[in-house]
Amino acid sequence: MRVRRLLRPFAGLIPTLLLTWTLVFGALQLVPGDPVELMLANSQASEQAVAATRTKLGLDRPVWLQYVTFLGHAVTGDFGNSFRTREPVTKMIGDQLPATLWLSAGGLLFGLIFGTLLGVVAGLRPDGWIDTSIMTIALAGVSMPGFWVAMLLIQIFATSLGWLPVLGSGPTALILPSISVGLFLVGGLARLVRSSLIEVLGQDYVRTARAKGLPEARVVIKHALRNAAIPPLSLLGVQFALLIGGAVVTETVFARPGIGAMLVTAVLEKDYPLVQGIAVWTTAACVLVNLLIDLLYTILDPRARLV
Amino acid sequence: MKTFRQLFGSPGAAVGLLVLVIVIGGAIIAPFVAPYDWNGTGVCRRLAAPSAAHWFGCDLFGRDVFSRVLYGGRYSLAMGLSTVAISTSFGGLFGVIIAYTKGWTDRLGSRGIDIMLGFPPILLAILLIAIFGVGLLNAALAVGLASIPRFARVIRGATLSLTTLDYVEAAQAMGARHLRVVWRHLLPNLAPTIIVLATLDLGNAVLFTATLSFLGLGAQPPTPEWGTMLNAGRDYIRYAPWTMIFPGLALFLTVMAVNLVGDRLSRILDPRRRAR
Repeated sequence: MRVRRLLRPFAGLIPTLLLTWTLVFGALQLVPGDPVELMLANSQASEQAVAATRTKLGLDRPVWLQYVTFLGHAVTGDFGNSFRTREPVTKMIGDQLPATLWLSAGGLLFGLIFGTLLGVVAGLRPDGWIDTSIMTIALAGVSMPGFWVAMLLIQIFATSLGWLPVLGSGPTALILPSISVGLFLVGGLARLVRSSLIEVLGQDYVRTARAKGLPEARVVIKHALRNAAIPPLSLLGVQFALLIGGAVVTETVFARPGIGAMLVTAVLEKDYPLVQGIAVWTTAACVLVNLLIDLLYTILDPRARLV
Repeated sequence: MKTFRQLFGSPGAAVGLLVLVIVIGGAIIAPFVAPYDWNGTGVCRRLAAPSAAHWFGCDLFGRDVFSRVLYGGRYSLAMGLSTVAISTSFGGLFGVIIAYTKGWTDRLGSRGIDIMLGFPPILLAILLIAIFGVGLLNAALAVGLASIPRFARVIRGATLSLTTLDYVEAAQAMGARHLRVVWRHLLPNLAPTIIVLATLDLGNAVLFTATLSFLGLGAQPPTPEWGTMLNAGRDYIRYAPWTMIFPGLALFLTVMAVNLVGDRLSRILDPRRRAR
């Protein structure tokens, strides 16, 4: 019974992926311009060469057949070669992926630690001066342009103070980019944790725990926090999507390698196989993360299992 | 009017409103108050530091940064507002329709919304720009379209809870046409939700469009748009930090001001939050 409940979210997986990939395919069908001409833009290709390339890429086939082929490629992860570098798209993505994953992990860690901490501190004493200041900081956090914060961080900590490196691949070079990615999460998460904690602290079971004479720290940690964690957790999926946005911007500012920076370049250079590949991989990652969060949610919140 | 008085009741929102008045006012009267032409190259030494004559310093082409920041408000606000207009009208319409018709349209529609919400908005916007092409208007359109699912979900939820209320059922029982029920009974009651949502999203929209311009996908140089200016200032952080500090500050303060007002507005207009 329990296994079936855990498996239920997987049922939605295939239609979701199918629909997102159909959207990606449809979107790129709408792109104006002939991909083959874009691809051979810099060479003096003869008409025969253009026709040959078109046949090779399967672009002379009917759209529905191209769609089926695209879905096949999406499943196997093969998107052909980049228009610009002529390298396989999958290899290019694979090369850049670790950098983006490290950056996202760093940003998530920073965001989770500080977001939760600030949210809990503010939520324990609502409407006091500490709460008001923290909430103002949180609002400032979500109002700051990520790319501007990144530039300020570089200016202050790398250029002026010389404390942290900006370039390089060591762990210290990850600190500033992680802060810039995570800062956006801090604001949103702090607000959510706060309101969730305030609500939980007003519940009967918290009053009961206090009436039993439990120490306040135990009431907060054991009884309140676990329940207060549920709403923020359910929003982590949305946060993950924001993390990707943060990666796009941060990679560009810090001139770091990564999927985000590669996507922007690919769009600017009209390198559509690469755009397609990145879009399919990113949406698949988002769908999977949301699925994992659903599962975690079921495990953490016993009430969700009954539904 | 009561709402307006309540708005000023919180110091945060009052400061936010004041900042907004300054930014909007500055953007409107920019041609009269800007000390220099926004595109006047060589009005000062390249990358000159802030001084009495040039409050915010000068950029790479010897243009006055203060004049450019002043004009920049026009682009950011116009892009933000048009973006929100797109997402509110289309998202709202979609949300109301699927919630009002119920049944399979609602099931299909909400499933579609859920799927779209799984897309990172920036990815969606970038994909749309790949279709439309790079540019100021295209970026605003892309951000507006990418935000539709979020609006649709909230409006759907709000409509759904309204349709069960007695006066809506009574109107339907009296044989009122659907259009009349929606127009006369649903929309007026949805208005507070829509206003709050639009205000809270305006800050986001301004940030989002500036981000796209910063990435080179939105407004193009020499447009004095804040994101574009920040992109240009990026290479000179070390030598002329003012070329990126001031446009960024203007962007940050504008978004913060909108968020402060939106936050307060949502407390006033949302009865559930008012209680707390």
